[in-house]
Amino acid sequence: MSALPELTIEAENLVKTYGSLVAVNDLSFTVKRGEIVGLLGPNGAGKSTTMRILTGYLPATSGSVKICGVPAASQPDAIKRHIGYMPENNPLPEDLRVSEYLWFRGRLKEVPRAKLRRRIDEVLELCDLKRSRHRVLGRLSKGNKQRVGIAEAILSEPSVIIMDEPTIGLDPHQILLVRDLIASLRGRMSVIISSHILPEIEATCDRVLIINAGRIVAQGSPAELRREIFGRTNYRVELAGDPAQLPALLAAVEPSLLPSSAGEADADGFAALTLTAESHLDLGEALLRALAGTGYRVRALSRHQPSLEDVFLAATRRSWDARLPDHRPPTGETRAPLPKL
Amino acid sequence: MRHFFTILSHEIRSLLFNPSTYVAAVLFLALMGFIFTGILDAYSKAPQETPPAAMFFQLFWIPVFFMVPLLTMKCLAEERRLGTLETLLTTPVSTAEVVLGKFGAAYLLYLAMWGSTFGFHAVLQHYAPDPRYLDSGPLLGGYLFIAVSGLLFVALGVFASAMTRSQSVAGIFSFTMLFALIIGGRYLSDVTSLNHDLLQPVKTTVDALQIFQHLEDFTHGVIDTRQVFFYVTGAVLALIFSILGVEAKLLQG
Repeated sequence: MSALPELTIEAENLVKTYGSLVAVNDLSFTVKRGEIVGLLGPNGAGKSTTMRILTGYLPATSGSVKICGVPAASQPDAIKRHIGYMPENNPLPEDLRVSEYLWFRGRLKEVPRAKLRRRIDEVLELCDLKRSRHRVLGRLSKGNKQRVGIAEAILSEPSVIIMDEPTIGLDPHQILLVRDLIASLRGRMSVIISSHILPEIEATCDRVLIINAGRIVAQGSPAELRREIFGRTNYRVELAGDPAQLPALLAAVEPSLLPSSAGEADADGFAALTLTAESHLDLGEALLRALAGTGYRVRALSRHQPSLEDVFLAATRRSWDARLPDHRPPTGETRAPLPKL
Repeated sequence: MRHFFTILSHEIRSLLFNPSTYVAAVLFLALMGFIFTGILDAYSKAPQETPPAAMFFQLFWIPVFFMVPLLTMKCLAEERRLGTLETLLTTPVSTAEVVLGKFGAAYLLYLAMWGSTFGFHAVLQHYAPDPRYLDSGPLLGGYLFIAVSGLLFVALGVFASAMTRSQSVAGIFSFTMLFALIIGGRYLSDVTSLNHDLLQPVKTTVDALQIFQHLEDFTHGVIDTRQVFFYVTGAVLALIFSILGVEAKLLQG
């Protein structure tokens, strides 16, 4: 493959409307070469539509998409050569065998005949499908079908891989396998995956785009998102000592560090406290040193990280609030209700 | 067009591996054999004016009415319902290649089924070696008519399949179109109000679109380029509309 540009996906001001329903609303983002990006959002947020626009299958109402520097609107055939796509629910023809299906898809994707046989062996090996290669697709289990979809997506070694909910319906063992598989593509191919499963995205993705109601409401690495959305860190301490001196001591460690709640002391004199700092830096060590130096007895200290789930809920909630005044969808709207915080 | 042959061979392959193809072919041959023996029976009882081959082809509409919808209703409707059309169109394949590949496979199967009826004539010739039975002129003309008209009939079936995601709707739609084309034209030519001078051009058009008349001409060795042109352009138009239909559905999402 010839030298690729640094940005493999460039989407600018994408809009897609279905009649009066705005599915994607002014979406702009870029994906770098070799980066794994997760697309996160509630049902009906526009994830699948965005992916379909990226593949060139659906035309956008307005805005532009460039895949490897090639505009999708004017050269849809050219961008399709750069993309491996696995749609939602991964539809497969029922009556083909796994190897026949991969051969057919490989030919459609213009993999040379001489190379294709070897490549099929490789992807079957990668996706742990060697034993199923002669089985009929219609009789495969859900997990195997899903892996056939992934094998198909990476078959022609595209520079961009787009997978819509690749781990849906898989058991934990298979999820791990898929996760490793996606991680093994890091650096070679740009991957966009969409998912509802938050730990999944957190484990595999370099960067997360949270989409709600067709807009990006937050983006960045999971750690950046925590910082951006929450901006503060919670610590849970169990200590014994005089609580009155505590605020002054904490202010010395970090000015914004304050006890936000305190529990009752138990039989051994230890009380559980929650401390909140307006800083994302890890203050654990400084805190321990300060507390021990002034005669407090510390039994436990933990730093509470907001999970991606909290970030997701907060971000989608935030965008919902911003829309509240006059943009609340009418009843009978096709979107699923947003999760409550 | 580099993917046309990939799709065509894939389609033929899946037709050949599909048991329903064989069931349809057996039913088709059983029906045609039944018709053929009926014709032979009629000849053995009383002398007839037309050669047996011409008589055989006059009943072409019976298999066309049920075979063409059955052969074509699945091709695009099923792909759309399963969602495999999406995976197909996200490869560097154009809609035209997909539609033409499907059309090509259905048309070849249609030809193969009709081609196998030649066996009836061969069997007859083998057991009753009389040159009058195997009248090569009408036979050749008849098969040529089947091949040329089949272009349009199969294309109409593909068009019906491109319009919907339900196989049964596609089947009924293509049956309706074929019925209107083959039988409807016959009825229209009998409508007396068309005999008015003002409607003369309409009358001429309707008279030129008599499928049974086309068959008659072909079996008598008259190959009118106007008729061939009608079937070929009709097929091309139906295929263009199928391609546009598939793409229009994409725009709607």
